[in-house]
Amino acid sequence: MSSADYTRISGGTVYDPANGIDGVIKDIWILDGRIADAPSDPSVRPSRNIDATGLVVMPGGVDMHCHIAGPKVNVARKMRPEEKRRGEVLHRTLTTHSGTMGSVPSTFATGYKYAGLGYTTAFDAAVPPLGARHAHEEFEDTPCIDKGFYVLMGNNHFVMQSLQEKEPQKLKAFIGWLLCATKGFAPKLVNPGGVEVWKSRQGGNVSGIDEMVEHFQVTPRQIITGVTQAANELRLPHPVHIHCNNLGMPGNWETTLETMRSLEGHRGHITHIQFHSYGGGDGDENTFNSKVVPLAEYVNTHPNVTIDVGQVLFGSTTSMTGDGPLGYFLSKVYGGKWFSSDTEMEGGCGITPIKYRNKSLVHALQWAIGLEWYLLVNDPWRVVMSTDHPNGGSFLAYPQIIRFLMDRTYRRDVLATCHPMVRERSTLMDLDREYTLNEIAIITRAGPARILGLPNKGHLGPGADADITIYTPNDNKEVMFEMPRLVIKSGRVIVEQSEIREALIGKTLHVQPHYDVEVEPSIQQWFEKYYSIRWRNYPVDLSYLHASEVVPGI
Amino acid sequence: MAHTASEVTANAEGLKVIYDATCTFCGCVCDDIDLTVQDNHITEAKRACVLGKAWFLNHSIDDRPSCLIDGKPASLEAGYDRAARILTDARYPIVYGLSDSPCEAQRVAVSIADWINGTVDTTTSVCHGPSGMAFQGVGEVTCSLGEVANRGDLIIFWGANPAESHPRHFTRYSLMPKGMFLPNGRKDRTCVMVDVRRTKSAKAADIFIPIKPRCDFEALWTLRALVKGVELDPEQVKADTGVEISVWQDLADRMKAARFGVMFFGMGLTMTRGKHANTEALLALTKDLNAFTRFVSKPNRGHGNVTGADNVVSWRTGYPFGVNHARGYPRFNPGEYTTSDVLSRCEADAAMMIACDPMANFSQPARNHLASIPYIALDAKETPTTRAAAVAFTVATYGINTGGTVYRMDDVPIPLRPAFDSPHPSDFEVLSAIESRVKNILGIRA
Amino acid sequence: MAESFILIPGRTSEQGCGISEGKFQEKYQSQINTLQVSPGDMQRLGLIKGDRVRLTSEGGQVEVSVVSAPKDELPDGILFIAYGDLSCRLMSADTHGSGMPTSKGIDVTMDILARS
Repeated sequence: MSSADYTRISGGTVYDPANGIDGVIKDIWILDGRIADAPSDPSVRPSRNIDATGLVVMPGGVDMHCHIAGPKVNVARKMRPEEKRRGEVLHRTLTTHSGTMGSVPSTFATGYKYAGLGYTTAFDAAVPPLGARHAHEEFEDTPCIDKGFYVLMGNNHFVMQSLQEKEPQKLKAFIGWLLCATKGFAPKLVNPGGVEVWKSRQGGNVSGIDEMVEHFQVTPRQIITGVTQAANELRLPHPVHIHCNNLGMPGNWETTLETMRSLEGHRGHITHIQFHSYGGGDGDENTFNSKVVPLAEYVNTHPNVTIDVGQVLFGSTTSMTGDGPLGYFLSKVYGGKWFSSDTEMEGGCGITPIKYRNKSLVHALQWAIGLEWYLLVNDPWRVVMSTDHPNGGSFLAYPQIIRFLMDRTYRRDVLATCHPMVRERSTLMDLDREYTLNEIAIITRAGPARILGLPNKGHLGPGADADITIYTPNDNKEVMFEMPRLVIKSGRVIVEQSEIREALIGKTLHVQPHYDVEVEPSIQQWFEKYYSIRWRNYPVDLSYLHASEVVPGI
Repeated sequence: MAHTASEVTANAEGLKVIYDATCTFCGCVCDDIDLTVQDNHITEAKRACVLGKAWFLNHSIDDRPSCLIDGKPASLEAGYDRAARILTDARYPIVYGLSDSPCEAQRVAVSIADWINGTVDTTTSVCHGPSGMAFQGVGEVTCSLGEVANRGDLIIFWGANPAESHPRHFTRYSLMPKGMFLPNGRKDRTCVMVDVRRTKSAKAADIFIPIKPRCDFEALWTLRALVKGVELDPEQVKADTGVEISVWQDLADRMKAARFGVMFFGMGLTMTRGKHANTEALLALTKDLNAFTRFVSKPNRGHGNVTGADNVVSWRTGYPFGVNHARGYPRFNPGEYTTSDVLSRCEADAAMMIACDPMANFSQPARNHLASIPYIALDAKETPTTRAAAVAFTVATYGINTGGTVYRMDDVPIPLRPAFDSPHPSDFEVLSAIESRVKNILGIRA
Repeated sequence: MAESFILIPGRTSEQGCGISEGKFQEKYQSQINTLQVSPGDMQRLGLIKGDRVRLTSEGGQVEVSVVSAPKDELPDGILFIAYGDLSCRLMSADTHGSGMPTSKGIDVTMDILARS
């Protein structure tokens, strides 16, 4: 025992909600990159002691929905030189690569900035399988954090075909095969069915979850229900991650409600729900309003449903989505440059620069609706902080969101600068709730780790990855959270007061579900008929995973 | 994991077959080539086109030394040392080329440029660099090549000659495939070719539109106007484009009537006066057409992994090519940090040329300057550039001797399946060795 | 007397194959050193295959031998040459802020040097 190389964080005020620890002063012991029990032999001394007296200790942050790697993220980088030219830059140092920021930072910059914020794990939310290899390559150049990605499936031809043919076992095997072939983490549905319609005709989309998808003769509801059931049967750690139909459209709250119902009691995650909580109709700004109250009521009474918010912040950013028709819609709203790309058999993509203005009723309502979500879901374990980076704003806005949640005076001050109608169209003005530090620890790390089924993340119990963030308390929570005192990754100090000390590379988290391999020949037959690359060259092999961990099923 | 037939079969005579190997000669990056290999020689390249066959079948191991310093054989170690010294001694070093290297090597090259505060640029800048600039102006509506095969019913080639530059383009992706929504293949498609020459490709088209040289911009704007129903003066159109307005009107009507239209464009646009303004007009026309139907466009990228180079440089620096690190962080400005300009303005004082041949493909002033500065060259074959290099490395050929990743012209990443070993190091190995020395010299711990 | 033309350098499959065979091999060299002239211009100027001409542009000057372009391929007044060393010597260094020298549609004048 005496030879063991312990690190101890001593005297800190620990927030570890997964283990029921709410602001308790205690020591954290680290051994071989993991949290360890305190050695039973009191004579054992740590090789390194980090004095955290007076500081706040939390698990490293977990971002469960962001766009940080892969084909469309990289297109967005290429597309927006103008914002980088004026934006912050990262100088090359003796320990770090240089980089650029803007709304879509370069890979190294992404890793450094997440770490600088005390986040040690992040998941890219939308990678087409054909671009999986690309995402893994970028991950290897995204240091400091562990990462994984969700695999686009909601408009996959094989998925829709299996549903049309009423072959649930085939669908289940396909999902398993595809996750293994891509080394992905979870199935992702983006505007299920709607993107396929967009690919097949001008301005195409579905308008509701019971509208038939041409050619495949399935409805979005069938896709949602079918994939959710299959993914739950595969016992995936995070069965399904859903971007509902009708994102951004007035009146879309009913689609969202129906989507939650179509889970039929199975576990399912509704992402960036802020964009899906609108009342009103016919694109008429005068009727646009918040429908968080009835939706939150559903979430509060249905424990199978979890959500992340997709908070909007005022300012310029880049919209990027696997929702091709949404990209087209936004490009018409903003009139700027527009990128759209359709991927054979798999999905679509849309990118356009956007700007949220506090004087715009729609934008200000979007901002308020996001905050309503945090404040109206009773159980913090089922609501997760996200900006849908960079769609609602940058992940760098998380400290500001924390301040909105912990400080109602600040929240109301900002509300006062917004379009005046917001106070009538949402309940934000009436919400007095303020988050505690423990609740913040839940919605930024413990909760997302649990929702993702990550046994070693989001907590500080023995066996967990020693990913730890130490903050200096401050009355202004934005200041407290934007510059952690120390960030520890796998037991190593990687950041001190925003400076990168050691740029560890991090690892890739993926799943490897068991599935019925007898289905592979029929997948292969379909594949070889329609794909432009060879079946043999499609799966991503382990050589693309610099360091990796298979997250077990549940 | 997928359980398929073995990727490699070998028999007792040492005859080996590699299935579904990837050809990296052009941007088509065909990944269905079966290579028969005997005694370090490829004897058959099944399904390869004429360019692919030349690529695979002519590949023998060059018996040149792996390293030459000032034209004299030298050890690799000495070459790495000298290369690192040249790069770290320079005040304005430039790293260029990269379009015939796998992404793994490209990443190391970008790192080196970062450590030495250098400029990194790829052959994109003299290929579809202007298309990249146009993209930054208006965006792009595009798709993967399988979408073209499955849906494209109107296929237009503009300033492109795939019959000679991308010989399997028609059969694999754009004209011949029987796709999901085009059961009869070629019969279900209309092909239009717009060019100043009646090329071999034009013979494959249903409609050939011969335009005046250097009037692509005018022709594309004519179409933009007609698509939007703007009235034009027929005489002016004829004078500006060399083509009757009725021909353009017919094309505009076909574009709007197509179910899924595709415009492939080549260097006829980017290398001709107007450059990015030409491609910007084409990308904008494509965007306009989406108000009527689905329409996409796509540059016919050239070298095997030029698209990978764009991607790697973008994800690491935020910019696609022509990236300068002189201030310790990436800056982008085509015309300022692009290699042709940096050399012809006599700014660079050292260079590393990776799988490219500027001594044969650049303007005379750029060549003259390059010849006057110390530079390092990496190439599998001897070229005018390797001949004049201070340090020349003979490297193994990617896709034949070494593995890695290559991006097809539609940004789809594809793995390589090497056929046999080379005695020469890969460009990844050479660049990694140089990088580690550069880091040592500069005290970089990353 | 020198006459004005527009030169279009471009890729050919022979030139592409030549790269793989070796840039110092005869096939590649003959590809990039041969200028295609429209049959009409060949006839008008009394040129036959193998005649040597000098091309002069703003950027440089090269000497090449001529061959008649395949029927219909090239309109009169336009010249074609496989992209390579010689075509690039005719480019001007100016990229007009794009990074790309004007490599196609180059104004050249042609002088006939020697008739074979």
